[in-house]
Amino acid sequence: MASERSLSPEARSILGARISRRSVLAGAGGLGAAGLLAACGGGGSSSSGGDTNTVRWGNWPLYLDFDAKTKKYPTLEKFKTLTGIDAQYFEDYNDNDEFFGKVQAQLKLKQDIGYDVVTPTDWMAARWIRLGYTQKFDLANIPNAGNILDSLKSPSYDPNRESSLTWQGIMSGFGWNTQKNPKGIHTLDELFAPQNKGKIVVLTEMRDTIGIILMAQGVDITKVTEAQFMNAVDFMAKKISDGWIRGVKGNDYAQDLTSGDATAVIGWSGDMFILSSENAGKFDFAIPESGGTISGDNLMIPSTASASGKANGEKLINYYYDPAVAAEVAAYVNYVCPVKGAQAEMEKIAPELATSEYIFPSDKTASRLHVFRSLTPDEETTWGEAFQKAQGN
Amino acid sequence: MSITLPKVRVPYLLLFPGFAFLFTFFILPIVNLAQTSTQTPIPGGDTGQYEQSFAFSNYINAFLDNRDQFARSFVYATLATIFALAIAYPLAYAIAFKSGKFKNILLVLVVAPFFTSFLLRTIAWKQILGEEGFLVPTLRSLHLMGQQTTITSTAVAVVAGMTYNFLPFMTLPLYASLERIDPRTIEASGDLYANGITTFRRVTVPLSLPGVVAGTLLTFIPAAGDYVNASILGSPNTKMIGNVIESRYFKIVDYPTAAALSFTLMAAILILVTLYIRKAGTEELV
Repeated sequence: MASERSLSPEARSILGARISRRSVLAGAGGLGAAGLLAACGGGGSSSSGGDTNTVRWGNWPLYLDFDAKTKKYPTLEKFKTLTGIDAQYFEDYNDNDEFFGKVQAQLKLKQDIGYDVVTPTDWMAARWIRLGYTQKFDLANIPNAGNILDSLKSPSYDPNRESSLTWQGIMSGFGWNTQKNPKGIHTLDELFAPQNKGKIVVLTEMRDTIGIILMAQGVDITKVTEAQFMNAVDFMAKKISDGWIRGVKGNDYAQDLTSGDATAVIGWSGDMFILSSENAGKFDFAIPESGGTISGDNLMIPSTASASGKANGEKLINYYYDPAVAAEVAAYVNYVCPVKGAQAEMEKIAPELATSEYIFPSDKTASRLHVFRSLTPDEETTWGEAFQKAQGN
Repeated sequence: MSITLPKVRVPYLLLFPGFAFLFTFFILPIVNLAQTSTQTPIPGGDTGQYEQSFAFSNYINAFLDNRDQFARSFVYATLATIFALAIAYPLAYAIAFKSGKFKNILLVLVVAPFFTSFLLRTIAWKQILGEEGFLVPTLRSLHLMGQQTTITSTAVAVVAGMTYNFLPFMTLPLYASLERIDPRTIEASGDLYANGITTFRRVTVPLSLPGVVAGTLLTFIPAAGDYVNASILGSPNTKMIGNVIESRYFKIVDYPTAAALSFTLMAAILILVTLYIRKAGTEELV
């Protein structure tokens, strides 16, 4: 069972040799925590909004294939030559709330926010759609939209994918130190095994941590009720006060694993990918038997984009939903590729990655991945508050 | 007249940049924060949408909900200040009186940590105090620490991190005060048959008090509002008020509570500092 979900040592060593965005991130040392005090990016709004031949895309850092030698994005360059559209790329996303805060006033006043394509995470994408800050796609411009994976086809915030398409998917599940957990961790009981007491770290991302606990409790997270949610939060709070859970963290749980402070985590596939490839099999990752969560960052066109910006944005999105292009991006970013057919294309460019469960989860794995249902504004506040309180905030 | 009038204006012109800066970056944000702190959610509105309703009850609720974190902030900040003083006083004393030609090098070393980011230094401490760092296995093999005891994710690590991070703020004012002491006063004390300890107690310490006051303020105030040490070195059981404000602001998007907590923290610090300065005196601050 375990081997189906985990990478083979061979694959791991091959992957370990690759230079990817994750190695770049880890090399920077600060990991996610550095973002804590990082200054917000600028630039996006400085470009002209009136030019009919441009498209301006705001995305997260290190989230698109990048050639360090030429300092260019190879797939984006190809898009420019193919279409003649001047695609401007801004790594302006540091935090969903921060980015939203930066552009919210302009969205409200219907003034150009400086981007024709934005990339918020699912729950934030839901908020944009709810507030009417997006435009519906002209699907005639995006014939490749049908390539989206079945599991991502109809999220509750955009059931027909009329105004959002996944950029990359992020799986969460159990990560562990293989020396301390030689049999691996596949259930919540195995996570809370005696050898991990006081050395368990879970994610600050509410939907991932509570989602995994909920599924272990037999709850369908696409229909979770407030009582069920609060019950799971109480479970977490109890595990914190009883000294089982050491911390509730963002990306920096990776440091806890390497420093030995944590031996088992609820974590993200991508981080575990780099940890296991850099530490020669010391760490491993699996989707819980009861189910893991998958979330995604979404390509969307803000309500303030001009007609030409929207059309060019749609062409850009269509381009990145071409399986060959998607494979090229996935080979660099190592996140779950949302595009059908990219796996076959990957075999041509990097066959060792075509079998990676991290990038192309098998049907069996994918069937265990679920998306947390979208919350109403009231729920977002009260549930978020309960989750924050449980972690001492 | 034509010569004296501009002369009158000059001081105001010189003050203008400072006032303009303070007005834009201090007064305006404070006013904005005060307005936010009494808002309530718009009925049926989306996350982060609030309207003014002069709900002063926000303050009471915010305080009552987070008493533990407030208490923890002041306890940790006080401890960090005491430890920093205990470490910095001998250090500053040695640099001021005993370092000879190494004085400048030692001063540079005190400031050297500032060449790296605050955040990276704190993350480094996490590795140093971590399970597989140098310290913990050593202490364990010497049986000075139990096999199950850990340092990170405890109050000890948080206070240690704050002490370390704010040490230069304590050392530099102390050094400035000590360095300014006229050596002749110490000699005079000896001439009056005071021994080393008495001289230190009756001459050096009183003359260095301005440095002590400045140093403790420069350490305590940022330490009480700090959230980086608690979030990197601590656990859910060591969260400080800064962590609550951060989570209210960025995670729950509850701006009014975050603003009310910020104001309460500012007021609490202001009261404590006022009492402290009244007692210690400000005549020769810095």
